[in-house]
Amino acid sequence: MSEVILKNVTKKFSTRTLGEVTAVDDFNLTIREGECFSLLGPSGCGKTTTLRMIAGFEDLSDGEIWIGDKPVSAKKRNLYVQPEDRGLGMVFQAFAVWPHLNVFENVAFPLRVRNVGRREMDSRVAEALKHTGLGGLDRTFPSDLSGGQLQRIALARAIVMNPKVLLLDEPLSNLDPKLRESMRFEIKELQRRFNFTIIYVTHDQAEAMALSDRMLVMDMGVIQQIDTPTNMYNNPANKFVYGFLGLSNFVDVNIGDGKVYPEGGSGQPFPCAIPGDFTEAAGTVASRPNEIDLTAEGGYRTVVKARIFLGDYTEYRVDVGNQEVRIQSTGDRGFMVGDSVGLDFTRVQWYSRDDGISDAERERRKVI
Amino acid sequence: MKMFGRREGKLDLNQILMLICLTILIITVAMPMIMIVYNTFFYGFTFDWSMFTNVVMDPSNVDAMWNTIVIAFWVTVVGTIVGVFYAWLIGRTNIPLKGLMKTLFVIPYMFPPFIGAMAWGLLLSPRSGYINKLWMLMMGTREPLMNINSIAGIVFVEVCYYFPFVFLQVVSALERMDPTLEESARISGANQLYVIRKITLPLVVPAVAAGAMLILISSLSHFGVPAMLGFSRGIFTLPTKIYELINRSAGSFEGIRQGAALSILLVVVVVIALWLQRKILKAGHYDIIRGKSMRPMLINLRTSKFPLLGVCLASLFVIVILPLYIIFAVGGLKAYGLPLNLANMTLDNYYHVLFSSRMAQDAIKNSFFLAISSAIIAMFVGTMIAYVVVKVKVKGKSLLEILALLPYSVPGIVLAIGVILMWSGTFYLNLYNTIWIILIAYIARYVAFAMKSSSASLEQVHYSLEEAARSCGATHLESLRDITIALIRPGMIAGFFLIFLPAMRELTTSILLYGPFSRTLGVAIYAINAEGNITQSAALSGIAILIIMLGNLALRFVTKDRRSVS
Repeated sequence: MSEVILKNVTKKFSTRTLGEVTAVDDFNLTIREGECFSLLGPSGCGKTTTLRMIAGFEDLSDGEIWIGDKPVSAKKRNLYVQPEDRGLGMVFQAFAVWPHLNVFENVAFPLRVRNVGRREMDSRVAEALKHTGLGGLDRTFPSDLSGGQLQRIALARAIVMNPKVLLLDEPLSNLDPKLRESMRFEIKELQRRFNFTIIYVTHDQAEAMALSDRMLVMDMGVIQQIDTPTNMYNNPANKFVYGFLGLSNFVDVNIGDGKVYPEGGSGQPFPCAIPGDFTEAAGTVASRPNEIDLTAEGGYRTVVKARIFLGDYTEYRVDVGNQEVRIQSTGDRGFMVGDSVGLDFTRVQWYSRDDGISDAERERRKVI
Repeated sequence: MKMFGRREGKLDLNQILMLICLTILIITVAMPMIMIVYNTFFYGFTFDWSMFTNVVMDPSNVDAMWNTIVIAFWVTVVGTIVGVFYAWLIGRTNIPLKGLMKTLFVIPYMFPPFIGAMAWGLLLSPRSGYINKLWMLMMGTREPLMNINSIAGIVFVEVCYYFPFVFLQVVSALERMDPTLEESARISGANQLYVIRKITLPLVVPAVAAGAMLILISSLSHFGVPAMLGFSRGIFTLPTKIYELINRSAGSFEGIRQGAALSILLVVVVVIALWLQRKILKAGHYDIIRGKSMRPMLINLRTSKFPLLGVCLASLFVIVILPLYIIFAVGGLKAYGLPLNLANMTLDNYYHVLFSSRMAQDAIKNSFFLAISSAIIAMFVGTMIAYVVVKVKVKGKSLLEILALLPYSVPGIVLAIGVILMWSGTFYLNLYNTIWIILIAYIARYVAFAMKSSSASLEQVHYSLEEAARSCGATHLESLRDITIALIRPGMIAGFFLIFLPAMRELTTSILLYGPFSRTLGVAIYAINAEGNITQSAALSGIAILIIMLGNLALRFVTKDRRSVS
């Protein structure tokens, strides 16, 4: 069994400037065996703190963490298993490859700590190096290697013990974009081969969606949504999740006699239906820039404010009421600045106006 | 044509700067060194090897060399262990009162070691030391607890004042070190002790080595402590032996030549140490400063937390409080030897040294004059050299750097002999016995401090900042004045204090150079103490300590608020 279970996990920090801050608020979560699970959120949202509590680098303020069928942290019972006794593998953002040890010694470290015999050590390190594409670099020192290679050492070191659970703390954010993409595949491939449970922390939604079986979006210490990448992208639970998963337009609207009017508009109704379960008199309509079509006639009439040709697509800016909307359309329709165009919303999501947590509060907390 | 003219102007300015720097350094640094070598091996104009061999073969000099090496070795070993231990305690454990201790542990760093030696002499000299007297009274024995006038005593006092070299280096390495380096070892299955042994310690080895080498070189060339504690028992080190040779011969040329020859021996020992330092520092150099700053996981000391805190506070008490107390208390005694109680206290000694002793007043005035003027001059010269070394691409700038940094490793007493040989009439100018010869020696000695401070700031001023000014139409001189100098001003001010403070308490160089009217504070304290006027010398020491502490406060105040490049 290598499930990871969080029960009512809470972490509070006391800071000098903000007083007590809840970094992780009452998490209940089961990460299934063999699953790749991502913790996604903006910086300072508590995702790294959550991971460090699972690893054992932070104690809990309340709640319990179980790995497999054993509790590793349980505040009420005063139980706390040291990080080295949790049997995990972990990869850190800054690689944390030891500069005074060569590649072999770095990867062999977990085996050496456990007094594994010389012969077994050699063969297991060789295998870990082979799987991470580092064969032949045994005697090289980290200072002679590139960032990508350092990250591979960190990966090899994390898998050499064959852990049941692998923790990855923004492992790719220090690599260049191209390398990042290929490392994603390699991590996925390693997981397929060794079948460990992966808990992956990132602030990059594309990375999370590409890798995860399920993912969790959190903000300011609170879980916003847990779902598969597809479900989450198609049905974001709130404005924050919608905004975090991709480019987005939010248009504040008012509802009058069954019709939708954009805020600050001149009375032209907004061409979209009100969902049956939406009962408020005002709301926010969310759409993605590539889910809006531009038409010469019909639709919501407005004027092109700006046009940027970007090769793969063309980006337009228009006003809806007093709010700016971005549109990315493939296939250049040749509209120019000043042209009158119609907007056709192919897919929208409805949210209450005030469901986002205040950005000011998020800014304020960033200092932590 | 105009633009071309400006280019020419720029080249000229750089070359002029370079020439000025080189001239100053050759006169103040290179020539005195050459004079030492010349006078050792030449008599008049004939080569004379015998002086050197006689001096080197003299058994008492060999003894002094041996003492120097033994003391430096033990000071380095013990000081390093003490420094690393406290650095680890403060950098990686949950021991309470960290901030306070970090501040207090740095105090010995600014405490003049020879005053510390004097304090320890008052506490632990075999028969009259206060602690020894108390011990003998309580135990009913005639054996003192510890005899400070011994090799072990000298080692003890030097350790107290030199361990901060290692402490500061290691604390800062631990602070900059990426905590995930240790965390990844923990998650790999290593327990805390294993992580300390296999990861943390190996990673701070370069910092430890750098600090240890600073201790080694400082101790090898140190004068104050062995002079205060060793003279009376005939325990000599090379620096004190050199002083004794010259002092005994009352400044005769023969004595100075002997001192010069012995200096060469001392320099050889220091150069070997420096060579060792290079080798060691080269062996382990890696980048441990990576990643986002996150608080390292602190080691929970559990039950040993308060015992260890006790050890820290006790050692702070011994290193800082006790010597400070004894200096001020003895400075307030009506007569030396009286018990330390309130009835025997008076302010007469402080009054005397401040208002009626001509020698003490002169010394305070001289030290202020020397410290301020040498700090200002060295600051400007050092900044100029730093500018040429860091920003200008001119041939020969590495020679400039070597010359400027040379006094770092040349013992103060050796520099003093070189300055005597150079400025006592050899080149038609006799400054001997005047305050100016001390000023020249101070400048030579401290230019390196200013250069280091300024070049650290200059390295952070990007070329483009000056180029932007020039593209706006400023001349080279204007861009230098309005942009570069303006940006490094905090570094220069810090450099001023980094010179002012050690110059204020200087003893090693001035003790060979002072004349009847040019005693410095250090010399006066030393001389009054040697005359046996213990209470007055303690009072003057107390005043010196107050001045230095105020200077340090000022330094903190200036370096705290740095708006430009830090």
